[in-house]
Amino acid sequence: MEIILIATVTAIACALPGVFLVLRRVAMVSDAITHTVLLGIVLAFFVVRDITSPLLAIAAAATGVATVALIELLHRTERIREDAAIGLVFPFLFSIAVILIARYAGNVHLDVDAVLLGELAFAPLDRYTLWGYDLGPQALWLMSGILALSLLLMILFYKELKLATFDAALATTLGFMPAALHYGLMSVVSLTAVGAFNAVGSVLVVALMVAPPAAAYLLTDRLSRMLALSAVCGALAAILGCAAAFALDTSIAGAMAVVTGLIFSAAWVFAPERGLLAQALRHARQRQDFAQAMLLVHLLHHEATPQAAVECDPAHLNEHLRWDAAFTAHILRRAEQRGLLERQKDLIMLTESGRRLAAQTLGGEG
Amino acid sequence: MFDNVFSDYTLRTVALGSALLGVVSGVIGAFAVLRRQSLLGDAMSHAALPGIVLAFIVTGSKEPLALMIGAALACWIGAMFVASIVRTTRIKSDSALGLILATFFGAGLVLLTWVQKWPTAAQAGLDKYLFGQAATLLERDVIAMAAIGLPALLILALFWKECAILAFDPDFASSIGLPVRLLDVLLTSLLVVAIIIGLQTVGVVLMSAMLVAPAAAARQWTDRLGVMVALSGILGAAAGVAGALLSSSAARLPTGPMIVVCVSMLTFVSLLLAPRRGIVWAWLRNARLAVRNQ
Repeated sequence: MEIILIATVTAIACALPGVFLVLRRVAMVSDAITHTVLLGIVLAFFVVRDITSPLLAIAAAATGVATVALIELLHRTERIREDAAIGLVFPFLFSIAVILIARYAGNVHLDVDAVLLGELAFAPLDRYTLWGYDLGPQALWLMSGILALSLLLMILFYKELKLATFDAALATTLGFMPAALHYGLMSVVSLTAVGAFNAVGSVLVVALMVAPPAAAYLLTDRLSRMLALSAVCGALAAILGCAAAFALDTSIAGAMAVVTGLIFSAAWVFAPERGLLAQALRHARQRQDFAQAMLLVHLLHHEATPQAAVECDPAHLNEHLRWDAAFTAHILRRAEQRGLLERQKDLIMLTESGRRLAAQTLGGEG
Repeated sequence: MFDNVFSDYTLRTVALGSALLGVVSGVIGAFAVLRRQSLLGDAMSHAALPGIVLAFIVTGSKEPLALMIGAALACWIGAMFVASIVRTTRIKSDSALGLILATFFGAGLVLLTWVQKWPTAAQAGLDKYLFGQAATLLERDVIAMAAIGLPALLILALFWKECAILAFDPDFASSIGLPVRLLDVLLTSLLVVAIIIGLQTVGVVLMSAMLVAPAAAARQWTDRLGVMVALSGILGAAAGVAGALLSSSAARLPTGPMIVVCVSMLTFVSLLLAPRRGIVWAWLRNARLAVRNQ
């Protein structure tokens, strides 16, 4: 039960800053940060020699921000593109961390697999106690604190963040310092990543930061709604992911990542306006509307002419319009239902409204 | 240290495998970097994990070829998802990459954890594909790597001109009637080949460096595609051998990360010191100008 609670709080804490990562097109920076924070933890560990020290988390968050700065520094030299800079920097820093651990910290509890993959199942074991009272798992306190902090910052700087995200140039002109906001956001992302990867592992942090916002992005056009939906998707993924992992007795982090992917897929297919299904329906409707317009114009063109008997005969229409028979029948039925044409003996005739629509299609006044 | 390469059989195998990986990923990565797909390799290599585990579940063996085929299929499916998300939604490629990377890797993790609870021991060692374990490379692994890597390079050489045009100007390529979609598929498939060659040596997590770093380094030294691609392959191979040797020179130095550190150092040196494009020279030029203007 506590696991689900930790997972949910973590998911929401990741999903909120993730919205801005997705909108600002820097989602892959989260991938870089979640890997390089390991280096910060290792270096801080060598200094303080205490794996439980809070200094480790601070150093890790600082490394995350430093990673962003390094990527930007490389990108600014204009000798290397941003995506290449990301792909270069994080494996390098991560490799250094892995080497340091393998060489000098092999006997300490600093396990690369655990960092990368996370072990949420053990999270409730580290608990805070105060005067003998059990205050609950550390991870829960930590993630709740981070969530509260990032919520507070987001509420305080909502307007600034919104403007800097959608119109960086205007934000600069108005004196909002987008660079400062950018690094502020990156600090929040780093801090969240550090807090979260303790519990869920770095790859899941990427899933939680990218997938729920991406799903929300397909569902709404408003930033405030996107934030809310993203948090809901994250929480849903946490709950369903935990349930699935318990049922199948497998990795919780992995299961949550898979569920975020499934939620995104559902949004991708079923989103009301932007989903694949909606796109296909719209496409089919447009195709039928166009075919109907063709039909009406054809009828208008030939009505009351000597050829009308042939051209307006439903049995031969498909040949004239070069459609297959089923499609022709469907379009005829559709137009008839809408009162655009009517059958008279063997012929089809335009109704008044059908004639008006055909003339409109041709560009007349109707 | 260098005598060991010739006397020590294991080290020779590892160095050869790392060199092979360096050449293939350097050459193919050069095209990925030029086409602004540096991070596609990262996403695809993470996406390989479920393919590896599924291949093991299906075949029940850790035969490198079977696992490579599984990995290749998963890579491919991941790349296809990224492409279709970008095409059919307003989500940009960075988010699509992150999404596929994390969810596929998560699926791999689920399968891996599940498999590791099997009562048999056959599944042990699958997790070495996370970071690679070059030290376990056998001669047959190197042969398998060569058997798919060298044909890939040959194919790239055959379609050199087409790929070059696509890399620099895809619009022009389609306007002169080149089959752009097909070439895109070809280059993506070559990327898949480079990735599955690297899985056993550097693993899925660090693979992106092998694709990006040699190319980024080579780019600093030349403006010609042919020279850049050749240099990228050479730098990749050099880093592979250097990493393998360094990691064997002391205890507990993992090979994959050592290779990545070597290749990254090459890139940083190139960025700073390459003639004309080097940052140090640009800085000196500016300083001299400033002095003259005073």
